[in-house]
Amino acid sequence: MTTTAPEHLLRADGVTVRFGGLTALDDVGLQVEPGSVVGLIGPNGAGKTTLFNVLSGVLRPTGGTISWKGAPPPGKRTHHLARAGIARTFQGLNLFPMMSVLGNVMVGADRLARGGAFSLISGLGRHHREERELRERAMAALERFGVAEHALRLPGTLPYGVQKQVALARACVGEPELLLLDEPASGLSGQQMDTLAKQIRGFSQDMAVVLVEHHMDLVMEVCDHIVVLNFGKVIASGTPSQVRADPAVTQAYLGTPASEEASGGGRAAVEPTHGNGNGAAG
Amino acid sequence: MTSPTTQREERPAASGAGTTPPRTPGTSRWGALPLPARHLLLAALGLAAVTGLLFATGDLTALRIAAVGYTMLAIAGLQLLVGGSGQVSLGHGAFMMIGAYSMALLVLHQPTLPIVANLGIIVLVSIVAGVAVGAATARLHGPYLAGATLILAVGLPGLTHRYHDFLGGSNGLNIRTAGVPPFLDGLVTTSEWRTLVVWTTVVVGLALLATVSAGRLGRRMRAIRDDETAASMAGIPVGKTKVVAFVIASAAGGLAGGLQAYVLGTVTPSSFTLVLSLTLLAALVLGGIGSLWGALWASVAIVYLEIWATDLARSLNMTRDAENNLPIVFFGIVLILVLRFWPLGVHGALQNLRARLRARSNSS
Repeated sequence: MTTTAPEHLLRADGVTVRFGGLTALDDVGLQVEPGSVVGLIGPNGAGKTTLFNVLSGVLRPTGGTISWKGAPPPGKRTHHLARAGIARTFQGLNLFPMMSVLGNVMVGADRLARGGAFSLISGLGRHHREERELRERAMAALERFGVAEHALRLPGTLPYGVQKQVALARACVGEPELLLLDEPASGLSGQQMDTLAKQIRGFSQDMAVVLVEHHMDLVMEVCDHIVVLNFGKVIASGTPSQVRADPAVTQAYLGTPASEEASGGGRAAVEPTHGNGNGAAG
Repeated sequence: MTSPTTQREERPAASGAGTTPPRTPGTSRWGALPLPARHLLLAALGLAAVTGLLFATGDLTALRIAAVGYTMLAIAGLQLLVGGSGQVSLGHGAFMMIGAYSMALLVLHQPTLPIVANLGIIVLVSIVAGVAVGAATARLHGPYLAGATLILAVGLPGLTHRYHDFLGGSNGLNIRTAGVPPFLDGLVTTSEWRTLVVWTTVVVGLALLATVSAGRLGRRMRAIRDDETAASMAGIPVGKTKVVAFVIASAAGGLAGGLQAYVLGTVTPSSFTLVLSLTLLAALVLGGIGSLWGALWASVAIVYLEIWATDLARSLNMTRDAENNLPIVFFGIVLILVLRFWPLGVHGALQNLRARLRARSNSS
């Protein structure tokens, strides 16, 4: 299923985002190959979610370019990127609360259906046939994620773990070529995390995945390539083992050793937090 | 594709599928029909029922039945906008006014046009007005959109005074529309004929609204209502879909206004004030905001509560002032009581009842 095009699926060059005087991202580059899993890590406030919002079109960068399959993206708005094949999950899930689980997932498959207003009103043409296909596709996705039994329930009535699977099903049902996962492991138990790791590896057979995550073990396990951000800058990137061995990463996460700091050689220590959520720029 | 699961799904997901009757799983032939055909069949059934009611009750109630019809169409449009796409409009009465004045002007200046052409032109005019207002307000949310549409409801009636010669000022315009066509002469009275014209238009309009609501467009609107960011990330063009919802609602409102002018034969600015817009919205909440069925209860409430309250005031020999204000008080009290005991409106209460009855019949 991976495209054989020589160029990158998604490529960001020199992306800069400024919120007033605050530079949230400073000249950040990122490449995503088809079928790869790219991890985006960094301390709180490093700019991970900001980069995510740029990639998904929610936020327009102050500077820099994004290219999709070697060309500029088909539009600047979020729905243009989504139609082109970029799907994403949200840290807060953002399921549609007043729609059934099946309805939620059908919305996720929306980009695959054709048939315009005339077909809708007249009953001729493709609209209603594709609507049935959409429903079958959504049911199949729910089954694949093991939540088909909840198809008619409202999301709010389901346990958090099930809701997460619904959110994943909604993102994957549209057969995206790039899936952006925003902290998919937050709030999951150890066992659920193992399942998630398997799922993410499974996704990468059909699509490329970019994930923002705080759980290092998950990131190290599933990612082919890791980009480490700190203060809006890329401080390291490479395979998991390269990143693990990089002193700059250790420094960003754990701070400078006390002796070095005393000598004034190192940069200011970063707060060694692993807390929940991100800052405004994070 | 007519497995029981998918059939049952229809109702919670396509919550606006108004004219859809309580379907039992497994009616496969019915389910195999395309959605618009199903809705048109139901519309024909509805029209037959109204015709029966009309002949059973006679000429006197015909105008009331017509009033229920056009009010229902207006509220159904509002339902698609408010319940379907989550945009609160306080200017719905203004679109009814646009439709009503279009009808009056067409009859006055182009008297040879048949009613069907008039209604078609009214829909076009309302769509143009809806695009203009909707495009301007598509970026507004919640109270801000309500505020912007409020301007429309407050300002538009004033135009009739500004263009007194053309729009007739506060006296409005009086029109005479064609009565019963020759081939039906003697079979139906003029008001019965007009009621039938109104209801034919209304059921076709409702069938269209139900089809839109049950189709992909309706689902897109509900997704936007629930979460705009997630909807746009699923590839739904948020702004465009909101404008489309607004335009459909305007067309329904305009058409309803046109029908009102056709039935009453008179349009005055005082019947399209802010109070009308607020009443429509309040009645929609009373009827049940989640379903097109809510529009039926809402329109019955608007038309009949007023009549009953007026009758009550007369029978109690109240003063003129009390008689004039009693319907408003009555409506308010009913609204408070309904929402106190049935927060989802009349339709929500009926659905609860049905679910409870079904649960009981399953357990026994």
